[in-house]
Amino acid sequence: MLLQINDLRTKLIGPIDLSVDAGECVAIMGASGSGKSLFLRAVADLDPNSGDLRLIRQNRSTIPANDWRRRVGMVPAESGWWTDRVGDHFDPETAAEPLLEKIGLPHALDWQVMRLSTGERHRLAIARALALKPQVLLLDEPTAALDEPATVMIEQLMREQLDSGVAILLVTHDRQQAARMAVRTHIMERGQLEPPGKDAA
Amino acid sequence: MTAYIQLSYVDLAFASVFLILNAVFSLVLKLGLERQLLIASLRMVVQLLMVGLVLKTVFALASPWLTLLVAAVMIGFAGREIWARQERRLDGMWGYSLGATSMMLAGTFVTLFALTTQINPTPWWSPQFALPLFGMVLGNTMTGVSLGLDTLHTTMFRERIAIEAQLLLGRTRWQAVSPVSRRALRSGFTPIINAMAATGVVSLPGMMTGQILSGVDPQEAVKYQLLIMFLIGGATGLGVLGAVFSSIWRLTDHRHRLRLDRLRSDSGL
Repeated sequence: MLLQINDLRTKLIGPIDLSVDAGECVAIMGASGSGKSLFLRAVADLDPNSGDLRLIRQNRSTIPANDWRRRVGMVPAESGWWTDRVGDHFDPETAAEPLLEKIGLPHALDWQVMRLSTGERHRLAIARALALKPQVLLLDEPTAALDEPATVMIEQLMREQLDSGVAILLVTHDRQQAARMAVRTHIMERGQLEPPGKDAA
Repeated sequence: MTAYIQLSYVDLAFASVFLILNAVFSLVLKLGLERQLLIASLRMVVQLLMVGLVLKTVFALASPWLTLLVAAVMIGFAGREIWARQERRLDGMWGYSLGATSMMLAGTFVTLFALTTQINPTPWWSPQFALPLFGMVLGNTMTGVSLGLDTLHTTMFRERIAIEAQLLLGRTRWQAVSPVSRRALRSGFTPIINAMAATGVVSLPGMMTGQILSGVDPQEAVKYQLLIMFLIGGATGLGVLGAVFSSIWRLTDHRHRLRLDRLRSDSGL
C-alpha cells in the first residue's frame, strides 16, 4: 500500500481506516457536512488529529509536516492566492511551463491570477500542487462548478497522474465521475467512512 | 531661564470655555456629541487631578516598593487597553498576557537602560524620573502592540485560505504567514515612524512644549525630547516584534498548522 490510514481521528471525525495503492483512485462521496473535507484536511495534517498514517510504510510522525504535504499534496475546494503573478505560485526549481501548457494556460507565467476565470484558477491550483510531484493527491471536488471541457481536462490530468503511479483520494458529488475514475467509492456519514459494499445499491 | 508662571484653577476654568462652546454647538446642530464630550472631559479632569495627587504622594514618600507598585498598576491598565483594542484576540489568558508581557518586557528594559545609563538620577529608580519616563514609553509601546496584534489577527483570519494554501504547498508556518506578519509589523511601527518624521515640523511634542512653558531652555527641552523619542521608538519596535512573532507562534503549531481555533472575536464571526 502506498498510503495507509489507521484510526484517524479529529475532534469531529473518525475513527477512519483507509488504504490506497499506487496508481489507484479512491472516491469519497457523502452529504455536505458529513466530514469529507475534514477527512482530507486531517490526512494532510492541516487540523489537529491523531492516528497512524504511513506513506510507503514510513510513519507520518517521523516526517516534518511540510515535507509530508509535499509528498501528500492537497487541493482544497477553495484555493487561496497570496500573490498575483501566476509564476510566483510555483517553486523556482520546478518546471511550471509544461504544467501550464497541460492545463490549457500556456505562457501564463506572467499573468495575473485575479484576471483568470474561476475554472482557470481551479486548474492553476491543481497545477501548482502537481509541480511538487506528490506521491498522493487529495482532491476536494476538483471539478465542481466547472464546464464540460474543463472537467475533461482535469480528469485527463488525473489519469496521467494515476498512470505514473500517484494515488488519488477524490472527494466528489458526481456519481458518474466516481465511477469513471475510482476503483472503489466510500460513503462518508457523520464523520465515519462506510465500506464500499454499502454503496452497491 | 524665564520665570515659571503658575496656573490657578480659575485660569483652567476659563480655558474650558471653548470646549463648552463646542458642546453648545453640538446641541444646536443636533450632533449628539455633547454627552460624549462632557463625559470625556470630566473623566480627563478627574483622572489627571487624581494622578497629580498620587504622583505628589509617591514622590514625597520616595519608596522603591511604592514606585514599583505604581509601575505595575500602569502595566495592568495598559495591558487591559491592548486587550480591548483588538477585534480578534487570542483565546483565554493568552489574550491578555501575550500583549501585556511583550509591552512590559520592552518598556521595562528600555526604561531601565535609560535610567541607569543616560539620565542617572539618585537613586536610579527615583519616582520623579522613573514613572513619567516609564509612562511615556509604555503608552507608545501599548499603541504599537495593540495595532500590530489587531492587524495580525484580523489579517490572519481574513487570509486563512491563502495561508493554508501555502502550507499545503510545503511551506513552513513562518514562510506562510510572512506576507501577513509584514503587514502587522508595518501597522505597529507606523505611528512611531510618523511621529518621528513629523515632530518639530508640524507640531511641537507635548512634553517639550510643557518644558518650554515651564521655563526650560528650548535646546535642553529638545535634548530631552530626542532622548524620549529614541526610547519610545526603541521600545515600540521591540514590543511590536515580540508581540507579533509570539502571537504567530501561538496561532500556528509545530506541525505547521494554522490554529485559528485559538482566536476569539467579540462578534463571534
